[in-house]
Parts: sequence; C-alpha cells; structure tokens
Amino acid sequence: MNIQNMILTLQKHWSEQGCILMQAYDTEKGAGTMSPYTFLRAIGPEPWNVAYVEPSRRPADGRYGENPNRLYQHHQFQVIMKPSPDNIQELYLESLKALGINPLEHDIRFVEDNWENPSLGCAGLGWEVWLDGMEITQFTYFQQVGGLECKPVSVEITYGIERLASYIQDKENVFDLEWTEGFTVRDIFLQPEYEHSKYTFETSDQEMLFNLFNIYEKEAHRQMDEGLVHPAYDYVLKCSHTFNLLDARGAISVTERTGYIARCRNLARKVAKTFYEEREKLGFPILKDKEEGSHE
Amino acid sequence: MNKKDLLLEIGLEEMPARFVTNSMNQLSDKVKSWLLEKKISFDEIRAFSSPRRLAVLVTGVDTAQADINEEAKGPAKKIALTEDGEWSKAAVGFSRGQGASVEDIYFKEINGVEYVHVSKFIKGQETAALLPELKEIITSLSFPKNMRWANQELRFIRPIKWLMALFGDEVIPFAITYVQTSNMTRGHRFLGEEIKIANPADYEKSLLAQYVITNPEERKRAILSQLEKIEEENDWMIPVDEDLLEEVNNLVEYPTALYGRFEEEYLELPEEVLITSMKEHQRYFPVKSKDGKLLPFFVTVRNGSHEHLEKVARGNEKVLRARLSDAAFFYREDQKTDITVSLEKLKNIVYHEEIGTLAEKVDRVRKLAAKLSEDLHFSDEAKAVTDRAAEISKFDLVSHMVYEFPELQGFMGEKYALQKGEKEAVARAINEHYMPRNAEDKTPESDAGAVLSIAEKLDTIVSSFAIGIIPSGSQDPYALRRQATGVIQTLLAKNWNLKLEELIAMSSENVIDSKIGKKSKDELLQELVSFFKLRLKYLLQEKAVRYDLIEAVLGSEIGSVPSLVKRAEVLESHKDNEGFKESMEALSRVISIASKAKDKGDIDSSLFENEYEKALFNKYLSVNEELRKEVTEESAFNLLISMKPVIDEYFENTMVMADKQEIRSNRLNQMANLADMIKQFANMNEIIVK
Repeated sequence: MNIQNMILTLQKHWSEQGCILMQAYDTEKGAGTMSPYTFLRAIGPEPWNVAYVEPSRRPADGRYGENPNRLYQHHQFQVIMKPSPDNIQELYLESLKALGINPLEHDIRFVEDNWENPSLGCAGLGWEVWLDGMEITQFTYFQQVGGLECKPVSVEITYGIERLASYIQDKENVFDLEWTEGFTVRDIFLQPEYEHSKYTFETSDQEMLFNLFNIYEKEAHRQMDEGLVHPAYDYVLKCSHTFNLLDARGAISVTERTGYIARCRNLARKVAKTFYEEREKLGFPILKDKEEGSHE
Repeated sequence: MNKKDLLLEIGLEEMPARFVTNSMNQLSDKVKSWLLEKKISFDEIRAFSSPRRLAVLVTGVDTAQADINEEAKGPAKKIALTEDGEWSKAAVGFSRGQGASVEDIYFKEINGVEYVHVSKFIKGQETAALLPELKEIITSLSFPKNMRWANQELRFIRPIKWLMALFGDEVIPFAITYVQTSNMTRGHRFLGEEIKIANPADYEKSLLAQYVITNPEERKRAILSQLEKIEEENDWMIPVDEDLLEEVNNLVEYPTALYGRFEEEYLELPEEVLITSMKEHQRYFPVKSKDGKLLPFFVTVRNGSHEHLEKVARGNEKVLRARLSDAAFFYREDQKTDITVSLEKLKNIVYHEEIGTLAEKVDRVRKLAAKLSEDLHFSDEAKAVTDRAAEISKFDLVSHMVYEFPELQGFMGEKYALQKGEKEAVARAINEHYMPRNAEDKTPESDAGAVLSIAEKLDTIVSSFAIGIIPSGSQDPYALRRQATGVIQTLLAKNWNLKLEELIAMSSENVIDSKIGKKSKDELLQELVSFFKLRLKYLLQEKAVRYDLIEAVLGSEIGSVPSLVKRAEVLESHKDNEGFKESMEALSRVISIASKAKDKGDIDSSLFENEYEKALFNKYLSVNEELRKEVTEESAFNLLISMKPVIDEYFENTMVMADKQEIRSNRLNQMANLADMIKQFANMNEIIVK
C-alpha cells in the first residue's frame, strides 16, 4: 500500500469514528501535538474528535537526504479524541487491519511510554505500539496540557507515516517509499531535504533568527494580552521553530538553552490559560451543542 | 460450615511491565488482610497477572464471618452497686453501652477484685453481603504512576476495561467508573475471545484455552524452557538477564520465543553496543556461542502463538538492522573525531547550571587526582597515567554513541581512547572511574582508575552540597549516597590510608575556588563529614559492629577509612574479653576529665607532685612513641589498654582539680594530651560499660 492510500485509509477509518478530518495546520511545527487542533483543543471541557496529517519539521534530524531513516520533515497522522473512548485501543487496532496488518500474523504490543514535553507544559501516559519490535505509533492519554489539568482526558494517537510505510512496503530506505503510483518520497522530498539541511546547518542567518525569536515572542505576548489566542499561538509556534533552527545550528549554548525553553514554556502556558478563558467567555459552545444528544 | 471459592479479576489496558508484579502482590495482600480483618476464613490465596489483568483466587472461603463470643469487662462490683444493693448509674451505663441490659451482668474476679461483666455474641454476617467491599480494595490500590481517562475522576495504573468478581457461581455486584462486575473475562487480545467463567476454580484453565497464561511464574518457566530449546537446537548459549526476563514476562500473555539474525559485519561494533541495542531498546536476548562469543543472532519473545513466526522474525530483523546501522554510523563518525576536539566541546556542556560546565568539572577532578597521586607516592609514570586519564575522562560524553546510549559512558571512553592511541592504563582508568556503577558493581582495580573514581565522586558530592543538593529521606536524585559509599569502598579495597577530612577539604577548596555556591569551607566540611560518617555508620552496621562501638570510632575524626573500619573491628572482637569494660572505663575517665581543660598546653613535669603523675607521664610518652610507628590497629588497642593500671593508680592518688591553679592546669594538660592520643583510636566515652 502506498503512502497516499495509507492516508486515505486512515482518514476513512477515523472519519467513520466521528472524527472531523482536518488539513495540516499552516505554520511550521515539530510535531502534530503542537497543532492548535491538538494543543489548544485538548484544553477545557468541550468534546473534540479530529484526525489530520501533520508534516513535522525537526531541523536537527536533517541529514541532507543521505540517511535512510532520518528526515528534516516527516509526516504524522494524528488522531485526537476527547473524551477518550472506552474502546480506543480496539479502534486503533482496527485501523491497522484496514492498513492490511493482520495482528495474527504479527507481534503487536503496547509498551509503556510516557510522554512529556516540558517546553509546552504537557504530560501524558500511554504506550508506544510495537509492530514486530518496531515503534509505529505513540498512544497517549493527555493528563496535562499547557500546565492545565485535562478534564476530560483526550487520547492522542500519532502514527509515524514513513515508519509504518517502510514496514508495509518492506523498504529499507525511506526515500524508496512509494507515495503514490509513479512517485516516490525521493521524487517529492529529496531536494527539499537537502536544501533544508544545508540551510539549517550552514547558511541560516543566526542573527536574524535570534532577532525573529525576540520579535515573535513579543508579538505572542501582545496578542495574548488582547485575548487573541490564535494569532498569539501562531507566534508561539514560530518561536518554537526558530529556536529549533538555532539549536540545530549549535548557536545556543547549553546554558542559554534552558532559558529559551523556559521562554517557550511560559508562552505555551499563557496561551493555554488564555484559550481556556476565551472559551469560557463563549460559554464552551461545543459542549452546549453536544449536550442534547450526548451519551453518558 | 459452607465454603466457596472467590475470584476477582481487574481487566486493564496494558500496564507498564515494571509495575505488574508489585501490583499483583499488592492486590492479593489487600484481599488477604481484608478477609482476616473480617474474620472470614479461607484455605488458600493465589495471585495472577498478565499485562492486561490482575487477579486473585481464594479457595475455601467461608460463606459467613466467624461468630464472635466476646466478654466485656465493666466497673468493679463496689462501684456497680449502690449502698442499697441497686445497680448504679455506672453499671446501667456500661451494660447499655455493650448493647445489653443489667440482667445480663455477672461478676468475675480479677486479681482478687470482682468486676462487672457481660458476654456478647455477635453473629457473623454472610460473606456475600460483605464482598462488594472489594470495590474499595481495588480503588485503594496505589501505583507509582497513576492516570485519569475519559470523564473519570479515578486515578489508576491504566484504564479499567472489565471487572470479574465471583463468589462461587454468583457475581459479586459492584461497579467502578462505568464498569460493572460480571462473570465475563477476555482472552488474548488477538488469539482469544471473551468468555464466561462459570466457577472460580476454572479460571486458569479457561483462560489458557484463550491463550492467556495467568500464572506469571508459569509464563516465565515457559519462556525459559523455550530459550533452552533454542539453545539446544542451535548449540548456543543464551545468557538470561533476570531483569530482562521479568520485563519480557510482563509484556506478554502467551509467550513464544523465536530467533532472528543480523549481518555479521555488525559484530565489529563493541559488544556493549550490540548488547545495549538488543536489550535496552528491543528487549531481545543476545545470543552467544558455547565458548562465550557473541553471535549475530538474537532471541525475542512474542506475545502470540507459533503461527507466522517467520514473518515476525523478519520484521524484528529489519528493526534491529536499522538500529545497528545507526550505531555503526555513529561508531564510524566518532572515530573521526579527535580527543582534543571532544575536550573543546566539553567547555560548552553545562554539567549543572550552578556548578558549571563539564570542562570545569574535569579540571577540578584533575587537580584533586594529581594531589591524591602525590599523597599516595605514585611513580612518575603512574602520575602521568592518572593525569592523562583525568584530563580525558569525559571526552566520550560528546560522542554520538554515548548520546544515543548514555549507559555506555566510560565503556566507549575506553574503546575510543585505545583506538586513538592512548595508553592501555589510561583507557582503562576512564572506564573504571565510573565504578562502582551500582550497589553490586566492583570497585576500580587499577590505581589510576581508583584515584579518578574517588576524585570524580568527591567532586560531585562536594559541589552538590555546595549548592544545597543534600540527600534527605528518600530524596537523593543525584545518588550522592551511593557515590559516597563508592568512595569509601574504593578506599577500603585499595587499603589507602588517606585522611578523608583532608580529601574533603581539598575538594571543597577546588569547589570554592570555582565559585560554586556560597558556603564557607568550614560549613561544607562540617556537612560533608557528618554525611560521610553516616555512610560509615551504615557500613559498620552491615559488618555487625555493636552500635556503641560504632559511635566510639565515629566519635572523633574519620581520618583513614581502612584504619577506622579496622579499629571498629578490633573493638568488636575484644568487647567480650575479660577486663575490656574496666580498661574502657579507665580510658573514658581520662577523656571525661580532659573535657574540662580549656586548651591543650604542654605538660610541665616539674609541677608533678606525686610519683603517679610521673608514672603516667612516662607511660604516655612510651605509648605515644609506639603509636607513632606504623603499628596495627590491634597493637594500638593493646598499647592503649596497657595504660589501665597506671591510669587507675593515678586517679586513686591524684586530685586533678587541685586547688592550686598552676597544678590544676598542668594536670588538665596531661589529661588533654592523653585524651587526644586515645581519641585517635576511638572516643571511649561512647562505649557502654554498664
């Protein structure tokens, strides 16, 4: 099964479970969790079921397209369900069957893996899912987001698309994966992988990046003070990506690093709090809409 | 008396493997205490667990609590009856309080006095009526990490999926969150089905048919016998790491061991790297040949049956191949990096925000190590080895390999140092300076490794104390206690008579020079000496030295650790000898009186007024001279107790606190000098002689 069909299959599967199919969010980010569709919507009492593909940029993992396993940008298929359904593990395993993975022919295990992202004030408990020893999915019950206790608890399922595809297509090199008939990952992503790696490690303007970080940070705070959560959050994401670029370049000493992470965390906490307050002012509208026909 | 079996099973989403066994034992302990507390008799209690379930089966549970016949004692007869022979208010109140009336009262004599009594009979309740309390047992279980899920308030190890609670063939009714008890359980996630358990006794057998081995010991035995079979068939040796076996056992409900292979070229990687990749990351068992050589195979334990093993093996091989190819890439890259380049990078790595960079730490360790090798009279060559090892002791921390596998620190240092042309002794010391790595580990063998290990650990402990990281109670995040014990063990193993106070002082000076923390040297020294004394106390307790003897040797300065331990052992071995108490009393008396001396001045023999003073003085001089020679602790002890008759005679004939000030202070001086000499062995004042 090629990547395009994998995505279509997963979309169909989760759409049938009542998930809103969203598109990738248009700001650079290191993981699907950082999309506002996850980070913000996991906050507060309103129900939220969503699935989307998120291109995730990890500048430090760039390898000029030369490493068979590591990428500057990879893809995650992200599912969020709030509150977490009782049969979520079964729903997940059915999605694997839909991808052609018959559990009886494999060794599928849920191995403890607790997830923490201190820079976003996030913590969750769950597993990494092993398919014949390979980690193909992160499965997390959010306990805390942006420093706020999650009530109700969201479950997050993150499929590593390329990982899973390399198994399904039995390929050793990520660039050999078929995206869709006639197109491989190499065709689509090799050039950007090379260029982004070169940019990240060699040609980026560090001074500009440091300036941008400060500007973005200031703007994020300013917009939050206005109660404008979403514009503010976009700038938080920009701060985070800018920090990642600087960090990958080795421009941030270890001492400074702690300081930058703390600044990102402060922003994330403030955004989380502001989002909650703004939704509360609106009377948690999704909660109201759903209450009439709600189950338990 | 009717008996039934009781079965309780909590079905869960996969629990963390490391918590399964303890959770199972906790559940069974709690059920057992509850039955005892409720006076419900039973024959046997058995516990079961798998990644998805915790269960207890109790056989022969009485269908009712035991009846209770109790006798309650009330006031004395004379208080219970008024002068008119009527029941007093006290008697009425007592009987009412016992749920009885005055008619039930009878008298019974205790120690010649008659007291009011009533006998109570409490009919035992039906067990079935009490069993819903199992709910509280389940919700009271505590786990190292708890979570919430969905809309639930309950915090538990993982979400509860089903509850099976049976007393005989009856379901015990209760619910936790939205889960209601039933007689249904679930088999293996993929191979089994949901089934009904008609009778608790069927539990194990019924689930086995659904591909779940519920008895963890049996599961472990199954894994071991499968490993043995693979060993036999291939003429291999599969070393079984107990911790890994325990973890793997709690990752599967129905284990099937299988093996896979990896490319032989990866055998060029250091063995530690291969083993860590397999064990830590993949939970595989590495495979060796009969003569102990690592082979390009691995064994994994699948949660499933024998079907499609080939496919599972191929998948696992693919994963391991990717990991090893990463490791090989790191290994090659690391070999390209010069040690000097790595050392340069250490300047940029913060060890701790308030303590500074790794490079600064290395500098301090190097300085301390140089001082130690001087004090230990190392040869010039040994000094050079120690110094170089100290200088490059941390260079592997910036290697790709240690970044990926932090547990390989030191191992990689040794490997890379050798490859980069360092002396074998230097390379070895780099690895050894982390030893002892845990409570079971050995101390460094080489002198350079031992010096480095002591210097590095001391620096860690002292700099942590300087910024206020001091272990307390269960809080010791930097494992400073273990490191202090490591220093002590290394000094003992090497039999190095370095003075611990001096070591601490040197390390403290380095730390203060680096402007770490704000404490003065005295303050640090005081905190650290008592910290180390506590470690020594535990060590001596483990050696079964009597507690007051421990207090005695720790009652003055620590000095040389090997000598301190030997002094404690000498005291311990003499403590039951004839005359021990009397000798200790004599020495202790000197120490007590000496505490009245303001300072320790010289003794002026011209001020002596009797022969006993003179005799004691002469004895002191000769003993002191002997002690200054390198005598064994045993001889030192014998020298000290040889003073007993002279001391006794002195006290019989001499008044230390003489009226004349001059005489008094001379006598106190003599006591102080004597006490000083004695206390170098131990503070005999602490020894209990009564």
